[in-house]
This record gives sequence, C-alpha cells and structure tokens, in this order.
Amino acid sequence: MMPPWSFLCAVALTSACALASEILLMRLLSIIQWHHFAYVIISLALLGYGASGTLITLIKDFARRQFARLFPATCLAFGASLTGGFWLTQTIAFNPLELLWDPNQWLRLMAVYCILLWPFLFAASATCLALIRFGAYASRIYAFDLVGAASGALGVVVLLKLFFPWTVLSLIAAATWLAAALAWFGLGLSPRIGALVILAAAGLWAVEANDLPLQLSPYKPLSQALAVMGSKIVRQRSGPLGLLTVVENSKVPFRHAPGLSLMNPKEIPPQLAVFTDGEGPSVITRFDGRPEPLAFLDQMPSALPYHLLVRPRVLVLGAGGGMEVLQALYHQAESVDAVELDPNQVALVKEDFADFSGRLYQLPQVRLYLSEARGFVTASSKRYDLIQMALLDAFNTASSGLHALSETYLYTVEGLATYLSHLTPKGILAITRWTRTPPREELKLFATAVAALSQLGIQDPGRHLIWIRSWNTITLIAKLSPVTTQEIDTVRKFCRERGFDPAYFQGMRPEEGNLFHRLPEDYYHQAALAILENDSTFFSAYKFDVRPASDDRPYFFHTFKWSSLKELWGLRVHGGIALLDSAYLLLLESLGQLVLLSALLIAAPLFSLGLPRGELPTGKVLGYFFALGLGFIFVEIALIQKFILYLSHPLYAVAVVLAGVLFWAGLGSASLELLRKQLRRFSPWWPVFGILGLALWDLRFLPWLIETTANAPDWLKIVLTQVLLAPLAWCMGMPFPLGMAKLARHWPQGISWAFAANGCASVTGAVLASVLSIHLGLTAVIGLGLLAYLAAGLLLGRSWRLGG
Amino acid sequence: MYGLTFLIWLLALPGAGGWEEQARAQMVAEVEREFRATAKESGKAALSPNVRQALLDVPRHLFVPPALRTAAYENRPLPIGYGQTISQPYIVALMTELLEPKPEHTVLEVGTGSGYQAAVLARLVRQVYTIEIIEPLAEQARLRLKQQGYANVEVRVGDGYYGLKEHAPFDGIVVTAAASHIPPPLVEQLKPGGKMVIPVGGQFLVQSLMLVEKSPQGEVFTRQLLPVSFVPLTGGH
Repeated sequence: MMPPWSFLCAVALTSACALASEILLMRLLSIIQWHHFAYVIISLALLGYGASGTLITLIKDFARRQFARLFPATCLAFGASLTGGFWLTQTIAFNPLELLWDPNQWLRLMAVYCILLWPFLFAASATCLALIRFGAYASRIYAFDLVGAASGALGVVVLLKLFFPWTVLSLIAAATWLAAALAWFGLGLSPRIGALVILAAAGLWAVEANDLPLQLSPYKPLSQALAVMGSKIVRQRSGPLGLLTVVENSKVPFRHAPGLSLMNPKEIPPQLAVFTDGEGPSVITRFDGRPEPLAFLDQMPSALPYHLLVRPRVLVLGAGGGMEVLQALYHQAESVDAVELDPNQVALVKEDFADFSGRLYQLPQVRLYLSEARGFVTASSKRYDLIQMALLDAFNTASSGLHALSETYLYTVEGLATYLSHLTPKGILAITRWTRTPPREELKLFATAVAALSQLGIQDPGRHLIWIRSWNTITLIAKLSPVTTQEIDTVRKFCRERGFDPAYFQGMRPEEGNLFHRLPEDYYHQAALAILENDSTFFSAYKFDVRPASDDRPYFFHTFKWSSLKELWGLRVHGGIALLDSAYLLLLESLGQLVLLSALLIAAPLFSLGLPRGELPTGKVLGYFFALGLGFIFVEIALIQKFILYLSHPLYAVAVVLAGVLFWAGLGSASLELLRKQLRRFSPWWPVFGILGLALWDLRFLPWLIETTANAPDWLKIVLTQVLLAPLAWCMGMPFPLGMAKLARHWPQGISWAFAANGCASVTGAVLASVLSIHLGLTAVIGLGLLAYLAAGLLLGRSWRLGG
Repeated sequence: MYGLTFLIWLLALPGAGGWEEQARAQMVAEVEREFRATAKESGKAALSPNVRQALLDVPRHLFVPPALRTAAYENRPLPIGYGQTISQPYIVALMTELLEPKPEHTVLEVGTGSGYQAAVLARLVRQVYTIEIIEPLAEQARLRLKQQGYANVEVRVGDGYYGLKEHAPFDGIVVTAAASHIPPPLVEQLKPGGKMVIPVGGQFLVQSLMLVEKSPQGEVFTRQLLPVSFVPLTGGH
C-alpha cells in the first residue's frame, strides 16, 4: 500500500519538529546553563535517534500490528516529552561548575540527558515506524523526512526571530500534535473526530502554554547581577542570535571598564548591563554628548592606538553596546564605522535606550553596519586608519576556557591578513583580549598576527607589532608600516602614565616589562621573542597549543595539548582546575559515552532478543548503514563550517547550508523511484561516485568562489551556495533509501536495526567530527566522510548487491 | 577526599562528639601540604602559626548551609546560595597569608559571602570591615558572626566599590567580588606598605590570585600568583 499524502505530511512535520527541537533545546539550555554543556547534553540526548531503532526492533511484532495507533501516539508523546522534559530538566539542580568536585553532579547530568532523550526517541520512532510499514516506499518516506527536516531548520530560525524561545517550544510541541492529527486522519483511525480533538488540543496548547519561566543557573552572570540589591530587568529582546537582557542597578552601578588603569582618577558614568543568554555583561554607557565623562576610556590599554594616530578613520568590529565607538569619539576620531552582527543589540542602543546612549549610532560621524565582522571587511573596499576589534566575551567565560570548542573566523591568519590589507599605509589593527594565567590564546593571537604579516609578504613582522598589557587585558597592535622610534616613545609614555606593561615592541629591553603587573616570569615577552624567531621548539615546549589558528582549523580558543593532560589532571584538585580545558574534555567524555552507548544499542537486538538472520550478511548491513551515518554527518558538518566563512553569518550559514543539504538530499531520495524506473541498470555505485567526485570538486571550487564573489550581494551568495550544494546533496540522499528498499525486500526485520545503526553513527559522528576538525581541520573531516561513503560503496558492491 | 567525607559523616553521627576538631585538623594538614607544593609560586612555604591557629579555631561548618556541613572541611569550594560560594580552605589560607595580617591591622573585605574569611581575619587583626552587596547574604553573615561572638567584625550592606572612606586607610583589603577592573578608590584606601588580594576567575574556579601592593613610597604594582605548582614552559625557554 502506498503511504497516504496526509501521512507523508505527518512524517515531514515530525521531522521538522525534531530538527527544530534540537536547535531550540540547544538555545534554551545555553540560556539556563552554558553553551558547551548544552552541546554535550543535546549530543547525548540525540542518541534517542539510535535508541528508537533498537526499541522498535525489540518490539517489532507489536509495532507492526499496532502501527496505525503507535504512529500518532509517538507524535503526541514527542510533543509532551519535549515540553515536559524541558520543564523537568529545569527542576534538576545540575551545576556543571561543580562536576569536578561533586560526583552527584554527574548523576544529575545523566538525569538531564536521559530526560531530554525521550523527545528525540519518539520523533525518530515515528520515522522508523513509517519505514517499517512502508518499506517499499523508503525513498518517498526518507524524502519527506529530509525535506521536513530542512523546513524545520529554516522554520526555527524564523520562529526565533518572531518569538521568545519558550514560546517557540510550545509552538513546536503543538506542531507535533498537528502531525499526530494528520496521521490519525491519513491512516483512517476511528473515531475520525479524534483527529479534531488532537487538533483542538494542539491549538489550545500553542495559545495557552507559551510562558514557561526559565530557571537560569544561579552561577550565570545574569543571575548574580539580579541577586545584587537595586537591580532590575528593564528590557528583554530575543532573536536567533541570543536572548538579550538589559539590567539596571541604581544602588550598585555597573562599572564595566576592562583593564582600567589602577591610577584612573575618573568616574565611570552610569551604565546598563546587557547579558546575552545570561552571560556577559557588555554595557551601554550613558552619553550626554560631552566628552568629559568618557575620560575613563583613555585609561585602558585599548586606548593606545589613539595616541599613535591623529583623528583617525576608525572601524569598530563588534560594536555591541558602543563602548569602543565612544572611545573613538572621545579621542576625536574623524569618522567611525561600527559593525554589529545582532540587530537586537543595535535596537537596544538605537531605539530602546536611544536617549540613554545619546543616540550614539545616529551621530553624524558614526555609521552603523548590521553585518558579520570579517564578512564586512572582506566585502568592503574602504581603508581605515584604525581597525579596532572589540572585547566582546565576558572575562569569566574567557578565563574558564568555555569557548574552547567555538570556531571563529575572526582570529585566523587569513582573517587578520584581511583586516591588515584594509588599512591605510600607516594604519593600525588593534585587538584587545582578556589575559589568562598562564597565557594561552593571547599568545596564539600574537603567533597568528606574525603569520598574517608574513603572509602579506612582510619580511620582519617584529618591526610591525606592539603589545601592551594591564592586569587583565592585553592589546596587540599590528601595522603594515614599521613601528617608528617616535611611536615606541609614545608607547613607553602611555604605559608609564597608566601603569601598564609593554610586552613587546622592536628593541624592547627585558627590564622594561613586567614592572607594574608582575608575573613569575615575563611570559609574554619571552613568548613574543620565541614566536618571532620562528622557534619551533617553543610551540612544542609550551604546555598549551598556541600555534596560529587558520581558516581550516578556526579554533582560536582551543589550547589543549594531550601531552599536558597528565600533569593538568593531577593538579585539578590542587587549585589547577582552571588550567584544564573543561569544554574539550567534556566533549571527549561525551564521545566516549556515545561510542559505548551506541555499541550497546546496536548490539542489544543481536544478542538479547535474537534478531532473526535475514538473507543479507548482518555485518555488511551494519557497516553500510553505519558508514552512511558517519559519511553524511561528516560532510554536512564540515560543509556548514566551510560555508560560514563564505556566507559570513554563522546563523544564516547554518540555516542555508543545513536546510540546503537536507532539502536536496530529500529530492535525491524522492528521485530514486523515477531513476530506477528510467535506468534499468541503475547501479548503487553511481551516487557514491557522484558524492566523491562532487565533494572534491566543491572543495576545489570553494576557495575560488569565496575569493571571486566575496563582494557579491547576500542573495547571490545563497544562490551560488545552493548551486554548489545541490548536486552533492542530491547524491547524498540516495544510498540510505537504496539500502532500506533492499532490506524491505530481503530482511524486513532488519529495517529498524539498520535505522538504529545509522542513527547512532550520525549522533556519534557529529561529536567525532567536532573533535577531528579541531585536530585535523575541516578539509580532513570532509575527506574522512568521503572515505566512509567509499567504504559503504565497497560493502555494497562486494556481496550485498542491490541492483535488479 | 571521599574517604575524609565518609569519616566526617561517621563522626557526625549522633553521639559522636568532637568531629569538627578532627576534621579541621585534617583540613589544616591538607592546606599545609598544598602550601608546601606551591611554595615556589606563592612565595609561602608554610602556614604561619597564627593563621594556622585561626583555621583550626574557626568552625567552618557553621558557615556553610546545613545540608553541606559534612563537606565543610573538604578542600573545595561549596555553594552558599545566591550564586555565591565559600572559597576552598587552601585559597582562604593563601589569601590570608598574602595579606600578612598583624594584630594591629585594620582590614577591609569587599564581598562578605558566608563570613568565613572575615571570621578567620578577625582572629588575626584588630578590626575587620566587610561589605556585601547581596542583602540576605549580608544579614546571614552578620547574624552568624554575632552568634559566634566576633565583636571586631562589622558587616555592612552596600556597594563596596568606594570602600569605607571613614575607616581608611587599610592595612589589607580582600576583594572577592568579581569585576572587570580593580576599583581605583580601593587602591587609594590602601596604606603604603599595604596589600590587596583578589581571587581571579569564576565561582568554583579560581584562576589566579591577584596581589596588589602599595610600596612605602606609594607606588602600586600587582603580582599574579598561580595557586598551583605549574610552569607553562618546559626546557630551556
């Protein structure tokens, strides 16, 4: 029997909701906890995809008999477990910061992901049930599944633009019930009114249950700010890039001035704190048009460039609440171009607190651009006297290594080279970062700047760099022209007057540094000299990985080294916990758990309840579907990362590439039936060869595309992206349904088990891809994905022939 | 560490008296081990006798929530509510040592928290002023310190940024509230020759200790100390 259209729509809607839930839960958990814990929790919860296949294999007879009732029931359970699960998660007092101290926290972490596993288990069960029931139409089911997922990826971004995340949660839950109603109707269940009742309940749920209060961890900066007397929330804005919360405190004012001189005699004017997903804060500083109250902005290391330039034309990357823009205005910049990614952040300054901020972004000498920083510079033809990169992340987040897994194209060799090439001949690139003890990404930044200057053909990069530090921030200055003696005198004077330490300039004597803010040794100066001497032993001897970040390995914040693990682990309870890259270790820990649990889920049906042997070799079937899971996710994740650089907006890149890959793969799956009818000798090797050839072509073509169309309008970039992705993804959509169709004919009991193997491989592969891209680079991850496809092809070709 | 917890738990059973003294002695022994291990980084090879005695005397278990009392003497930070923590005993001991407290000293603490650090300091100096910005925490600490008879600790509720001008200058200042910068008014209220200690990092995660020193001539400089025995470079660099 052919699956009814309304049933296929239910499959697509469930799949859309599953992908939307994945993204949404990640957002919600990032708000109440921290981003990397959200990633770990969701990675493990997604194992529900694999578990669904195992569960259905174990109840296969019941599932076949009761399919018509089970399918809508799983949709209903998906919605209920999604909202109920998130609510339950919030009641668990899980504190990730205590993981290394308190063993109970591990149990709570497990409880959290066990709860959040259920929505994904139910969602995947729906697809798996559909494949079992309509196995002969696997390509059609898979096509609706993929196209549904694609619309979920796009839809959730739109919903997050329109609503607060907790409202989106209710809307997605309601949509799962709509899927249940569609299936009820499509599968002809009686009473027919049941579909209407479910529909009414879904509508009621969407309208009524859209105000789930969020319980933020008490250790998040926002919670801590709100515990202080006199604080209150004055505004909230939400978007796909984050939940912004503005806090005012009349009794204990916010005084955000990173690296402020200990000698600063100036008052800091009133500020509003802006927390992004409960983290931060960044600030909006009151500006009444007078420069005097802004004098404190001259007392920070980031003010140095203004002492080396006269009335510069400035570009501020990451303008946020406008502190660096105010700093430029205070120093009488001729013009300021401010670039900010998040429209809500801009709206706070331009609209909600326009009077408070002195209509900063509407001033005649300030021009605001809503854009991603590196993409803006790449596309710009302007040249600036000063490009200032703002200090956007919070000190505590930076100091705890929580960024370790975040990729960023801002601080790569290619990125810095791009900024430098947009400077006027005597222009300055200035980057301020928080310091860590012992230094880590600060040194990586210096090494990256040296590599960028070398890439631009500068013979002696040391003559083009200045580095100064306060007790907690460090400012790096890079120039295209050599630093002059006069400029060095200015640096010395600037540092002396404010109690800052020079860390490097050409000709600096060791005794000139480490005077005001003393470290056991002047690590910064020593490291600068070693990096400039191209001393390879320095990089191997330093206990953190401070080699330059590149576009292929854009993990600027990742400084973990395996060779140091033993020592650092031994020190963790002796005050050395901050030396460990906790995010990376957690990633490895979750990878270990995923491998173990996946093995259990795949093995359970084979050994416990005796999956009957089919006509096909079990090992080959397992290998085929496992390889497909790995291959698909490796290629997809690495492509998303690669296209972030091209589309220059992380969010849109994810939406465009993810939705694109899923959509075209869905069409690939849908076209299988037609292809096999038209081409009687259609070989399953064709899509595999297609994937290999097209991926290699894309990899070769992408750098050229980035270079030649960097200035193209966004719509054209999106079209070109799709043109590049479509043939590859089209082929990627074929091998899975080909295998499923074969199973449906020769080993129907194996369908759900193969589904489990594929699900486990995708989920484990996602985390594995993150680990591999940190160490080997994104290109290597695509390469490994292609090897997985090749392996699948070989397994397919050797003894499991699918043709005919 | 878990062995110690179990021992404390056993000792804490009804009828088993004096467990706190034994647990405190074990805690101090652990702190002394840490001091020896980090002597090179901190410049403090051992606890001075008066700081050691203060740690032995202050009933730390009365400064943590009742549910966590059995863990009070473990060398780890513990949550005390409102997103705040009581620092691990080793960090409290090290911060106290870095201040080099003397009986005639007046010390300011910004960020009272549980009041434990103030209680330790109160046994070593003439007067401690402590300011807390979270009202309920300040009230709890005030009551706790009063019940334990600390007459030389004054708890205030409010903004610690400007210190306490009326009691300045101070021989020592402890700033436990995280900030993007060191408040210049506090530097001003430090006596020449005085010391200010600031733990750097988040809750449960002390990255380093910042020691701000004012020379007898009034020059100000900072020293960043790792609370752990670690050198980032190996070999001849």
